[in-house]
Amino acid sequence: MYTQALNTAETDDRGLEDAGKAAQFQARIDAEERIEPNDWMLAAYRKTLTRQISQHAHSEIVGMLPEGNWITRAPTLRRKAALLAKVQDECGHGLYLYAAAETLGTSREELIDAMLAGKAKYSSIFNYPTLTWADIGTIGWLVDGAAIMNQIPLCRCSYGPYARAMIRVCKEESFHQRQGYEIMVTLCRGSDEQKAMAQDALNRWWWPVLMMFGPPDATSQHSDTSTKWKIKRFSNDELRQKFVDATVPQAHYLGLTIPDPGMTQDAEGHWRYSEIDWAEFKHVLAGNGPCNRDRMAARRKAHEEGAWVREAAAAYAAKRARRPTAQAAE
Amino acid sequence: MAISNIEVAETPLVLYALRRADDALVLGHRLSEWCGHAPMLEEDMALSNIALDLIGQARELYSYAAKVEDKGNDEDKLAYLRDVRQYRNLLLVEQPNGDFAQTLVRQFFYSAFADLYWRAMMTSRDTTLAAIAARSEKESAYHLRHASEWIIRFGDGTEESHKRAQVAIDHLWAFTGEMFAVDDGERALIHAGVAIDPGTLRGRWLTTLSEVASEAMLTLPQNDWMQQGGRSGRHSEHLGHLLSELQSMQRTFPGLTW
Amino acid sequence: MATPNTPLWEVFIRSRNGLAHKHVGSLHASDATMALQAARDIYTRRGEGLSIWVVPSSAITASDPAEKGMMFEPAESKIYRHPTFYEVPEDVGHM
Repeated sequence: MYTQALNTAETDDRGLEDAGKAAQFQARIDAEERIEPNDWMLAAYRKTLTRQISQHAHSEIVGMLPEGNWITRAPTLRRKAALLAKVQDECGHGLYLYAAAETLGTSREELIDAMLAGKAKYSSIFNYPTLTWADIGTIGWLVDGAAIMNQIPLCRCSYGPYARAMIRVCKEESFHQRQGYEIMVTLCRGSDEQKAMAQDALNRWWWPVLMMFGPPDATSQHSDTSTKWKIKRFSNDELRQKFVDATVPQAHYLGLTIPDPGMTQDAEGHWRYSEIDWAEFKHVLAGNGPCNRDRMAARRKAHEEGAWVREAAAAYAAKRARRPTAQAAE
Repeated sequence: MAISNIEVAETPLVLYALRRADDALVLGHRLSEWCGHAPMLEEDMALSNIALDLIGQARELYSYAAKVEDKGNDEDKLAYLRDVRQYRNLLLVEQPNGDFAQTLVRQFFYSAFADLYWRAMMTSRDTTLAAIAARSEKESAYHLRHASEWIIRFGDGTEESHKRAQVAIDHLWAFTGEMFAVDDGERALIHAGVAIDPGTLRGRWLTTLSEVASEAMLTLPQNDWMQQGGRSGRHSEHLGHLLSELQSMQRTFPGLTW
Repeated sequence: MATPNTPLWEVFIRSRNGLAHKHVGSLHASDATMALQAARDIYTRRGEGLSIWVVPSSAITASDPAEKGMMFEPAESKIYRHPTFYEVPEDVGHM
């Protein structure tokens, strides 16, 4: 998902740390207790979470770019306001998530530097281009739909700050998928040209969205420890199937065709999709998606061109530190 | 079927609402260009909030202009189907974002005016404008505070930030005079108690600017040559590009519902 | 000189009159004024607040989770501090 690049699992370092503490830690997790920032935790748990939460944060921030591409071209003022509010929400989500990651001991600056240096990953989905207005509808409907699938179980993640951030994110995100689907409904009730635009967007986004859930369970390395630590509660394939089952009827309602001629419905009602092109997924993760370079360039530019602003604010604060002006509470 | 520009019957009241609507939309659009590209996430949030406030103001003002005009236009037709010569916004708000200092100085000049303007307009005899003013006044008061705090930090921050802020002030100054200009149509509305005379706000606007500039150790220009033309559709070259982007969907796919 | 990291702040919001301020999250800001503005822009976009406190995260002193036993367990046995510990005849009614 937003942390799908988490493909090198931390080894369980139980042997290296106090065995008693480690056992106690696992017992707390097994008892569904939340782990809080100052609590003792396994080094591997801290490292895994730092990576997962920061990747999630990077995904939110990079995810602003493909949709931000249409803020200035939204076709009506109502759509413009909704899209801007949605992209702004994503920024907020990135911000909450960086804060959650920081509770594990790494500063936002370090996390962002790692991303800008290409050392930290973000979701592959944001390396695809938004070519038409229908892409905005499709992203809201499918990308946000997939994200919600993934994020709802994260609200019960064992790490308190991450779970709390997710609760806030899920609450805010409830409008995102609806606004996306509303755009699709409008297009599909519109002219032939608009319907074709909607179908074309679905054709381009469908497979990359399925890839968002990460590699198939059979090849996913990190699931074991993440499941044991109750960071992850459903497997990639479980969530992917859940998403497909929820989405296919929505596509049918729109009168759109899922671009998977081999798709069938099994006896239990599950929609069985064809083989996903994992080679494409690997290429995109490796930096060779259609927009990887553009996305990184945009984030680096914002960071570099903003440096003097951050320096100015810091310099001002340092100058004024001797003159406290803060008001007392209440 | 190609839809060319709509015709707008610009009676004084329609034109009055349209001018303010265009100000809000164009500035909101400019600020929305920052979304995803601001110097820090906290400012992505802040600038988007301001943009959303302004787009909201624009929508109300367009809807009101359309209602007063009563020729079947609506907020979207007014925003998307008038060309550069029909846009009535201030030259100030269409100026490109430039660096963060230029964006914030533009915001500071405009918000310092808008805050006074909307507060005064709360007493308009036109109840719709008075209601829009009541809401907009609170929004612009915050926009002003946000911009002022940044101007102070630029001015009293680093050598570079000071320089950038001063360059932006000097560059944008000539676009501020237009905010206080009044034409005959507006004069009649002022006389009728529908509009207020912006000229009466200039003293207080200057006081706000001077206070902030002085705390920021920045200098307000002395020159009083002011560019004019936005209110009558004589714009800078920048607006046409902004509109070609803003209107691209409605121009490419005329007459559809989105 | 490298720019120092922008300080972290904790945000507390009173959502309605009569309620206490509640921790809602964190943000980065160079000083208190900017922190307050950012808190408004980030944490009250959906009408969540009537009052905001921002506190430098570094100003918070936290209890040590390792001392949880010493700190909090002694309170658990003092059941006589709770009203349900006491029996009052039902006839007396609610008390």
